[in-house]
Amino acid sequence: MFDNVWLIPLFPLIGFLINGLFGKKIKNETVIGGIGAFAVLCSFVVSCMTILRLLSLPIEERLAEVKVFTWITSGNFNADIAFLVDPLSCVMIMVVTGVGFLIHLYSIGYMHGEEGFYRFFAYLNLFMFSMLLLVLGNNLLLMFVGWEGVGLCSYLLIGYYFHKKSAGDAGKKAFVMNRVGDFGFLLGGFALFWYLGASHNVWTIQFTEIAKNSHLLPTGGIVTVITLCFFLGATGKSAQIPLYTWLPDAMEGPTPVSALIHAATMVTAGVYMIARMNFLFIRSPETLMVVAVIGACTALFAATIGTAQYDIKRVLAYSTVSQLGYMFLAMGAGAFAAGIFHLMTHAFFKACLFLGSGAVIHSMHEALHHAHSHDDPQDMRNMGGLKSKMPLTFMTFLLATIAIAGIPGFSGFFSKDEILWQAFSNQHHGSLNYLLWGMGAIAAGLTAFYMFRLVFMTFYGESRITPKAKDHLHESPMIIVFPLLVLAALSVIGGYIGMPKIIGDALGGIPNYFEHYLEPVFRYSEEYLSQHSQHTALHPSHAVEWGLMGLSVLIALAGITVAFTMYVKNRELPSRFTATFPALHRAVYNKWYIDELYDFAIVNPVKAAGRFLWKGFDVVIVDGAVNGVANIVMAFAGVIRYLQSGFIYNYAWTMAFGVVVILGYYLFK
Amino acid sequence: MDMITFPTIDMTPILPEIYLSLLAMALLLINVFMPGRQKGYLGYISFVGVVAIAVMTASGWGIEVSSFSGSVIQDKFAIFFKIIFLLSAGLSILLSDQYMEREGCNHGELYPLILFTVVGMMLMACGTDLMTIFLGLEVMSVSLYILAGFNRANIKSNESGLKYFLLGAFSTGFLLYGMALTYGATGTTRIFGISGQLSQMAAPAANIMLLAGMLLMITGFAFKIAAAPFHMWTPDVYEGAPTPMTAFMSAGPKAAGFAAAIRILVISFPALQPDWSQLFWILAVLTMTIGNITALRQDNIKRMLAYSSIAHAGYALVGFAAGNETGVAGVLFYMLSYAFMNIGAFAIVILIAKKGETNGTVQDFAGFAFKRPLLAAVMSLFLFSLAGMPPTAGFIGKFYLFSGAVQQGYVWLAIIGVINSAVSVYYYLRVMVFMYMKNPSEEFEWATVTAPVALALIISAAGSIILGVVPSYVMQFAQQAAKLI
Repeated sequence: MFDNVWLIPLFPLIGFLINGLFGKKIKNETVIGGIGAFAVLCSFVVSCMTILRLLSLPIEERLAEVKVFTWITSGNFNADIAFLVDPLSCVMIMVVTGVGFLIHLYSIGYMHGEEGFYRFFAYLNLFMFSMLLLVLGNNLLLMFVGWEGVGLCSYLLIGYYFHKKSAGDAGKKAFVMNRVGDFGFLLGGFALFWYLGASHNVWTIQFTEIAKNSHLLPTGGIVTVITLCFFLGATGKSAQIPLYTWLPDAMEGPTPVSALIHAATMVTAGVYMIARMNFLFIRSPETLMVVAVIGACTALFAATIGTAQYDIKRVLAYSTVSQLGYMFLAMGAGAFAAGIFHLMTHAFFKACLFLGSGAVIHSMHEALHHAHSHDDPQDMRNMGGLKSKMPLTFMTFLLATIAIAGIPGFSGFFSKDEILWQAFSNQHHGSLNYLLWGMGAIAAGLTAFYMFRLVFMTFYGESRITPKAKDHLHESPMIIVFPLLVLAALSVIGGYIGMPKIIGDALGGIPNYFEHYLEPVFRYSEEYLSQHSQHTALHPSHAVEWGLMGLSVLIALAGITVAFTMYVKNRELPSRFTATFPALHRAVYNKWYIDELYDFAIVNPVKAAGRFLWKGFDVVIVDGAVNGVANIVMAFAGVIRYLQSGFIYNYAWTMAFGVVVILGYYLFK
Repeated sequence: MDMITFPTIDMTPILPEIYLSLLAMALLLINVFMPGRQKGYLGYISFVGVVAIAVMTASGWGIEVSSFSGSVIQDKFAIFFKIIFLLSAGLSILLSDQYMEREGCNHGELYPLILFTVVGMMLMACGTDLMTIFLGLEVMSVSLYILAGFNRANIKSNESGLKYFLLGAFSTGFLLYGMALTYGATGTTRIFGISGQLSQMAAPAANIMLLAGMLLMITGFAFKIAAAPFHMWTPDVYEGAPTPMTAFMSAGPKAAGFAAAIRILVISFPALQPDWSQLFWILAVLTMTIGNITALRQDNIKRMLAYSSIAHAGYALVGFAAGNETGVAGVLFYMLSYAFMNIGAFAIVILIAKKGETNGTVQDFAGFAFKRPLLAAVMSLFLFSLAGMPPTAGFIGKFYLFSGAVQQGYVWLAIIGVINSAVSVYYYLRVMVFMYMKNPSEEFEWATVTAPVALALIISAAGSIILGVVPSYVMQFAQQAAKLI
């Protein structure tokens, strides 16, 4: 049925091998970029065919596993290279290959003339391969291979400008923080495999098998431990509290990387993982609560930091962290479909925003370069008035901003509102729901504020660079603008496939296609949750739902208004504000000093312990023991070497001696 | 006058031997008319012949035929080993022309001699009579003595041939004496017959003559597979022999020694298994340890690989000591893997060395990776495989050998094996350190890679990887072959 699904990860792998092995010799940028983009295009085409075929099946049959070959068999443990095709994985491959292809196209233009062009595309294709493996793998181990693969590519691409110390450091930071999370993922996987096997003799790491046997798992207890371990993995990969600080630093990578890996795809892997193992998470109300609270806190916390940043990419980075928080909030509320829906719409508008910011930076960089200015091309304080210089970029950027701000009619509105509503009306967290909704709503207002602050500072007002440099500002070439246009269009219309029920009903019974489509994946969990809920269902009325929706829209509009007042109408307001509350501004601008706190509480003690273990323990004791053994062995080797005299009679004597000893021992024992 | 009636003889089990002998004799005749510059063609002919005979041999898989009144047999065990012999011969033939041309000893007799060696080894693998096996062993050994001393202008090669001959003759004495004692104790030389006699004895382990016979045979085979303390010839012979022949000797005859020893001990002496298992336990530990530890101090790459080959015989002995199906299958698998990775490593040694066998130390690998990155990568693959790193053939082979030992309850043997593996990493990686981390000491021309050598490298590298990545495919054949009884 889905026999050719293995082609989807294969194409980028081939692209990686070609560019990785021969890219240095090919040299021609068009060929290298063409190979990279074409490989992803092929995957996209196969993905389209796959999802069309899936949709042609009756709803109950939309699940297939395609085994390519047996990978490891050892005792009870069996792992296949096999792919899982179901509505969830199909959404993911569509997003990954679709957005991925557009970003590959964009990169051809954006990376033009960069040193190591081939390296960039090789890594990018390797990333696509790993990501597709992650979302298509039918077992924990294969998912983990993809999980580690994307982590590696992220590291390589963050440190792409490795001669810059800050880029190298950012790569290391991302890698180390992700390792902390990966450790959790591994522990969770081991515990799950061991528990099912040892207690119920079900030795499996296959998602479908675990799901089938999930009734064997208790509620809470060991499942809470397992799911919290997995969630720790998710916080690492998806940049949630407490492991989020690597993502803003990851902006050291080239902008297409930020768009692809650190906004649209890789960072959503944690969300996908929870959705994939929804049957596990629902069995632990405690974990669901932790997920929801962490999600809401991250959404709000990161949004506050976003309001005071000046680097255009950092604003977007904190925005990503915040939006990922929404997705986790949805997961924690048991609204898996809503979370995945936001994942998809976020991929559209955030990729568009990042690529747009890339276009701006590119243009700024060239302009500043021509004017021999050393100002930072990413600092919004140097921008302004770009609207007329880059009209297409501005248009697409504005549309995506409206989408993320949650203005009705745009994709972000539908998905975010669905999450807020589910956070409010779910029956799992009792009165905590009001708090969750409140945090989400405030974060939505902040989102609208910092995004429009960004738009106003960048595109409106007067240009803040020298007139000489200003003349060099220009619109980007078509290969950069085209992906922006597509993504902007998707940001606008992408939401209509998943309209919340209440709006659909009001519009004459338009169903929530997206939720229906994902239903087979989450049906079991939803039924389970409604039966096992600890709190009585709230069943708020339609009036409440309309009211909350209106309220969140008002909050968003308020955010925009404040941004408009501060950055367009009354431009001395920000400086007056910072003068009035200097401590608050400094704290927010410095990201609440979380990095410093981590350095103080964790990094420095660990470093000190490491230094002690190195100088004290490793050098003296371990090396002493190892070298001591090695020296003894070597000395021994030196001795036996002399036995090898080269004289035949010595050899013959040794042989005869051996024979005598053997015969003597056995015959007279 | 009565008609003499000939018994009907089924030639099937020794057809490969017959064809190989015919091919070898034909080559000897052709050689006479072949001008000196074109001896390489003999190599091509023998390579094609070896491939054809390998295909023919493999096609007999699953057809069990015993003939010559039960003195030879065609079974899966014999076929598996014959393929290993033909593989190592084929690879060595591919390596020969370039080397012999460089060393100026490209005499046409080389190829017939290699083929005769294979004939001898094949008889060892398919013989089910002590005499047949001995006959095969002698055919193999005599040809090998000549091959070791083939570069007659080189004094080291002469030394190698002479030492091998003298010590080989010495060890053959033990082997033959053991066979004679066994015959004396049981009244038969058929290996199935011996096991029949043993099963009728009340206490075979108390029969001194029988026990001594078995032990002496073991020492004879221990010499052929270079197990300590019968290993001392190995470094000198391997160092002096022409490198392609060293490669051949380390893979083919070693496997042949295992083939004959396994067949005799597993079929004839199951009643004495506690004794020979114990003996092999000790020999395995000695062999691994001495091989690995001595290799640490070697600078000459051929000597290092010679000690390494002793160590590898030790690993294989671990599986042999286990004596169960997993262990024996492990030996078969390991011998095949070893043929790929070791001949591959020797191929690179040939490319590094210069005329007169100079440039053959580990230090001469300095900077190889900068000059010839692909060859250095391939060499690293072979070294990784020899060191037993996944995902290479060497790792999987050791895994099966050691798991055979663990199944049999020889946990300590497996642990000692693993420790030895760890020690061996030092001297294998040392070569890589020189290749990748040191600068070349002087500028010099690296040898060009001729087509046959390239083919040999491709086959060896492919084998080392394929057996490591998808071992189950070959392993199922080895497991079938290991079902001896």
